[in-house]
Amino acid sequence: MKFISKYRRHKGALPILIMLALTGLGLTFSAATAAPAKNTMSASAKSTIIEEGKEIFLKGCSSCHGLNLEGGAVAPSLIGVGAASVDFQVGTGRMPMQDMSQQAARKTPVYNEEQVAALAAYVASLAPGPRAYTNEEITWERDGNTAEGGELFRNNCAMCHNFAGQGGALTQGKYAPSVMGVEAKHIYEVMITGPQSMPVFSDTIITPEEKLSIIKWIKAAESEPNLGGAALGRVGPVTEGLLVWTFGLGILIGIAVWLTAKAR
Amino acid sequence: MTARERVAGTVANYVDERTGAAAWMKKNLQKVFPDHWSFMLGEIALYSFVILLLSGTFLTFWFDPSMRHVVYEGSYQPLKDVEMSAAYASALHISFDVRGGLLMRQIHHWAALIFMAAIVVHLLRVFFTGAFRKPREFNWILGIALLTLGIVEGFLGYSLPDDLLSGTGVRIAHAIIQSIPVVGTYLSFFAFGGAFPGEVFIPRIYIVHVLLLPGIFLALITVHLMLVWYQKHTQYPGPGRTEKNVVGYPFMPVYMAKAGGFFFIVFGVTAFLGAVASINPIWLYGPYTPGQISAGSQPDWYMGWLDGLVRMAPPLETYIFGYTISWNILLPGLIIPGIIFTGMALYPFIESWLSGDKREHHLLDRPRNVPNRTALGVMSLTFMVIAMINGGNDLIATHFDLSINQIMWFSRIGIIVLPPLAFVITKRICLSLQRADRELVLHGKETGRLVMLPHGEFVEIHEELSAEKKFALTQHEQPKAIALVKEDAGGVLNPKGIRARLQARFSAANAENIAKPTASEVKELEGGHH
Repeated sequence: MKFISKYRRHKGALPILIMLALTGLGLTFSAATAAPAKNTMSASAKSTIIEEGKEIFLKGCSSCHGLNLEGGAVAPSLIGVGAASVDFQVGTGRMPMQDMSQQAARKTPVYNEEQVAALAAYVASLAPGPRAYTNEEITWERDGNTAEGGELFRNNCAMCHNFAGQGGALTQGKYAPSVMGVEAKHIYEVMITGPQSMPVFSDTIITPEEKLSIIKWIKAAESEPNLGGAALGRVGPVTEGLLVWTFGLGILIGIAVWLTAKAR
Repeated sequence: MTARERVAGTVANYVDERTGAAAWMKKNLQKVFPDHWSFMLGEIALYSFVILLLSGTFLTFWFDPSMRHVVYEGSYQPLKDVEMSAAYASALHISFDVRGGLLMRQIHHWAALIFMAAIVVHLLRVFFTGAFRKPREFNWILGIALLTLGIVEGFLGYSLPDDLLSGTGVRIAHAIIQSIPVVGTYLSFFAFGGAFPGEVFIPRIYIVHVLLLPGIFLALITVHLMLVWYQKHTQYPGPGRTEKNVVGYPFMPVYMAKAGGFFFIVFGVTAFLGAVASINPIWLYGPYTPGQISAGSQPDWYMGWLDGLVRMAPPLETYIFGYTISWNILLPGLIIPGIIFTGMALYPFIESWLSGDKREHHLLDRPRNVPNRTALGVMSLTFMVIAMINGGNDLIATHFDLSINQIMWFSRIGIIVLPPLAFVITKRICLSLQRADRELVLHGKETGRLVMLPHGEFVEIHEELSAEKKFALTQHEQPKAIALVKEDAGGVLNPKGIRARLQARFSAANAENIAKPTASEVKELEGGHH
């Protein structure tokens, strides 16, 4: 409490208090209207991490996304993207962006889990949006159905992410990334937020249970051993053709040369 | 005579008295074939075909070519209770519940890819060495027919399991059929028994895949080989090798052993691939439904160029008399492949027509000594390779961090610009190689040995080539340009008309060679101090 109270005469105290009050009002409203979200954190701890989040945001994000999340020439506004979006984008290392290429690539996250949570809390505190999830909440192992998930994946995801979730090309250098080795909560968040080129799959299009099934299928595909031998990237006939022309034909022609070689 | 020889003699005599086979066997088993690795490329195709027959027969024991709807109850859990066609369910059954089934499926598929690749390299060998020239034009056409049927047969096999990738391929074939002006829609209704995908397509292509086409293949391969036997094999030039003989080893026992052994090697390599490398993991694709598609859906490699052409086609359409003509499919899917394959089949006739060469040829050309043909071949290959690259444009984009649009534009422009460039470069390379050959004949091989002469001059010792080698490098004939006769002495116009002009152009281009060393030039230098 001391940490906060020493700022009570800070010139930012009033705006922050008003903001917090508004956020509190908004949260109460959304809590009253939406499904009850898990909110075990005490209000004061929450405001602390919002502060932390703001600090990280101002240092690491505001140069592109603006001091008030309003966005800029190179980055979108973050008003209303919700904690889910932040948790996915920052938690998978996509943000902060490595360079100004077509698309933010997955990489080792720059911030640790607490920092990501703080950032998410800060962004969520300014405008309501989809909340972040924890891996424990995504109970795909218990509630998912692999076969149904496969059907859903082929119907909704495979056209961009490939039949085995290996990813695929989009226009102008953009791409649908591989969905292998992604944390369950991130897959869930990605479906509800639709980052970058991806569409949003709202709960009316794909229900939460169906989302868990999709995750279960992805996890099954991820852990499935390569039943036919070397998988060749699970990208279809291109690598198969390459193997035939290099190894297959290479070795056969080599043997033909050997068979017809003259003894010297 | 040992007891064994007596028994063998009695058996042989018994058979001969009833079949009269001895005389025929004696003549044919001693038939001589020339020895060169490039003559074994067609054999790879032949043996792959045998492997395809064997492994394919195994697969038919369990495959159910039906589009009847079933619910999967087999042992692959991620597809449990999923609705699918009986064809797909039985393909899964072969993969997971038949002992050795997956291995056989993979051997069958790898053998198909090797079969087509071997046909292509065999074709390239025949083209670049001029083995298609008189009297082998018919055999060339048979080869093109086998290649074309191989593409069709392979595509049908790819379509049979009725997985998501199969169905996508069939959907594109359906689109290509529909793109045929006026009759396309009717043809597609005929092929699919109604709207796509219908219930009859898989059973129909199944019987074509396992009975009709293999039967035609067997017949064509037999004729193809009989012609090789009857016309005798071509050979590379060398001392003692003429247009009238064949220098090599007898079929029995040398080639019986070599060919027999090679069959098992091809089988071994195919089985090895089938055992260690996954091919078409149909269980990952899931069953086909027209509403689904996977990113990176590609055909097998031998249709990659066709897919690449379709992918690069600009969106052209005309609407005329109530019909839509989809040039974007018609052009790359039918017209361009039609031109390519017709041109390929007719090439022996085109070349002989333009060069006026109507003689028989049993000695092969070294590609460099026929720069025009070689350059033409490389030009066509360049076209195909660019089309093929564009067929994998999405994978190239994701794996090399490129933009798929840029790859498409590279291909669109490249497919027009690069083949002629390849022609020019290849021709120049051929002429350079001719120059190198001439140098080699006249001055011998550089030995790297430097010798100081008594007066202080340093010279490198050149080792003279053997007479055999010199002969091999100089035996070929170099064509002369045919002078264009516009009108004869009496002022009558040449009745050949445009053909005469074309012939003159072509033969002039053909005659562009580095003059090979003449006998007198060689003799003159032989006395010298090189």
